[in-house]
Amino acid sequence: MFPTILFFTFAATLIAAALGVILARNPVYSALLLVLCFFNSAVIWLLLDAEFLGIVLVLVYVGAVMVLFLFVVMMLDINLAELRKGLASYWPLAVAIAGFVVFAMINIIVVKHLGGMSMRTAPALAANYSNTRELGTALFTRYAYPAQIAAVILLVASVAAIVLTLRRRTGGKPQNIAQQVAVRAKDRVRIVKMASEKRP
Amino acid sequence: MWDWSPIRDWLSGIITPYWTLPMLLAVQTLMVMICIILTMAFYTLAERKVIGWIQARKGPNRIGGLLIPGLAQPFADVVKLMFKEIIIPADSNGFLFRLAPFLALVPSLAIWAVIPFSPQHAFANIDAGLLYVLALTSMGVYGIILAGWAANSKYAFLGAMRSAAQIVAYEIAMGFAMVGVLMAAGSLNIGDIIQAQAGLFGWNWTWLFPLLVVYFISGVAETNRAPFDVAEGESEIVAGFHVDYSGMAFALFFIAEYVNMILISALTVIFFFGGWLSPFDGWLPEDSWLAAPGFFWFGLKTLFPMFTFLWLRATFPRYRYDQIMRLGWKALIPVTLVWLLVEGFMVYFHVGPWKGHL
Repeated sequence: MFPTILFFTFAATLIAAALGVILARNPVYSALLLVLCFFNSAVIWLLLDAEFLGIVLVLVYVGAVMVLFLFVVMMLDINLAELRKGLASYWPLAVAIAGFVVFAMINIIVVKHLGGMSMRTAPALAANYSNTRELGTALFTRYAYPAQIAAVILLVASVAAIVLTLRRRTGGKPQNIAQQVAVRAKDRVRIVKMASEKRP
Repeated sequence: MWDWSPIRDWLSGIITPYWTLPMLLAVQTLMVMICIILTMAFYTLAERKVIGWIQARKGPNRIGGLLIPGLAQPFADVVKLMFKEIIIPADSNGFLFRLAPFLALVPSLAIWAVIPFSPQHAFANIDAGLLYVLALTSMGVYGIILAGWAANSKYAFLGAMRSAAQIVAYEIAMGFAMVGVLMAAGSLNIGDIIQAQAGLFGWNWTWLFPLLVVYFISGVAETNRAPFDVAEGESEIVAGFHVDYSGMAFALFFIAEYVNMILISALTVIFFFGGWLSPFDGWLPEDSWLAAPGFFWFGLKTLFPMFTFLWLRATFPRYRYDQIMRLGWKALIPVTLVWLLVEGFMVYFHVGPWKGHL
C-alpha cells in the first residue's frame, strides 16, 4: 500500500516535471525541472530496489551533467520568440517522430521484455543481495567488451570535442612556471660596487 | 541500530502505532540536527578564536561570562542575523532567490543520514553509502549556482560560475580518492569501510596516503574554503554568490558551508582514520576501555581535520583561478590515477594489508 502511494506520487511528479521541461518559458526553469525529473526517476528506481542505478543517476546527471547544462543555459541570451517562429510548420513532423519513438519503446520494453502490460510487483530479493555487486559482476564478465567499447567511444568523443574547440589565443602572456622556478639571483640582480662618496 | 526503546515506548503511548515510526524518525532527525547545528555554531567561534591566536590577537572576547570570554558569541550572531531584514533585490528572480539557500543547506544536512557516529549509532546502514555521500556532496553546488544567477548581479554571477567550475573539477579527484577507499574495503557500505580498517596500522592513511592528501585538498576546494575561496573572493567580487543575501538567508549559506566542513572532516576520518575505531586497537588488551570503539574516538579524530581547515585558512594566501584549475586537473587527478594503479597491484599481489583480501 505505502510503496504504491509513493510510486504514484513520484510518477505523477515525474510526468508533471517532464511536461514542465518543455513548456517552461525560462530555460533555467526547464533545466531545473529536468533535475527534478532525474530525481523522481531515481526515487522510482529506489522503490524497485535498484539503489545503485538510482544513486548513480543522481550522481552523474544531477551532480555533473545538469550543473554544466545550467552553467551554459545561464550564460545564454535566448530569444524565445525567435525559437518559436517555425513551430507551426514543424509540429506535424515532430509529433510523427515522437509517436514513432514512443511506439518503438513500448514495443521493445513492454511487449518484448515484459510480455505485455500488467501490474506486477518486482520479484523479492534475497537478504544478502547486493545490487552493486550484481551489476559489477555483469559489467565485468558478460558485458566486458561492450563496456570497454563504450568507454573507448566516449574517450574518442571527448578528445574530438577538445580538438574541435581548442583555440590558442595569440598574444597571451602565460607564465612559464619551470622558468620561474629555475631563475637564479644572478640572472635578475646585478650588484654594483660603488665607492662611497666623501662629504665635501 | 540505535537503542531508541524509551522514546519509542513514550511515543507509542501518546500516538497511534501507525505514526510511531515516522515520529521516531522525526525525533531522531531533530536530535542529530540540533547536535550538528550546535557543533557548527561553536565551530564558527573556534574559527575566529583559532585564527585570532594564530595572528597574535584575542578573537571574540566580549560575550559569554567571565570563565570563557566569547563563549556566547555564536548566539549573539544568531540573534543579530535573525533580526536583520532579508532584502530581495528588485530585478532578481524572487522564487529562485528564495529557493537557493535551501538547496545549499539541505544536501549538507541530508548526508548525515549515512554517517555512523559509533558502531551502534547511524540512521541508515545502506548498501551504497559511499555513492550516496558522493551524490549528495555534488548537489550542494545547485544552491550556489542558483544564488548567483537569481540575484541578477554581475559579482554574484561571477562567483557562481567560478564555484561551479571548481566544484565540478575537484569532484572528479574526490571521487577517485573514494574509489581507492572502496578498493581497500571491498565494499560501498560505510560501516564495512570502517570495519575493514581494524587492527594495528590498519587505518587507510598509511597505505593510501596520496589519496588522503588528494581527498582533503578536494574537500577544502568543494567547500569553497580558503585557499580555494575564489567563489567568495572578497577582494575582487565582494562576497561572490551570496553578495545580495542578508539576514537568515545569508546565514543558511553560512551554516551550509560550515556543516559541509564538519562533514568533510568526518568523512576524512571515516575513510582514512578508521572512523569510530580506537587508535589503541591492537596495542592494548581487548577489554581495555581505551581500545573500545565508540563515538568518543570518532569525535576526537574529527576535530583534527576541522582544525586543519582553520589552520589552512590562516596560513595560505588565496589561489589564483587558473592555478586552482591546474592543481585540480593536472596534479590531483593524475596522482589519484597513479595511486589507484599502485593500489590495484597491491591488492592483486596481496601486498600490505591486502594479504587476506579477495
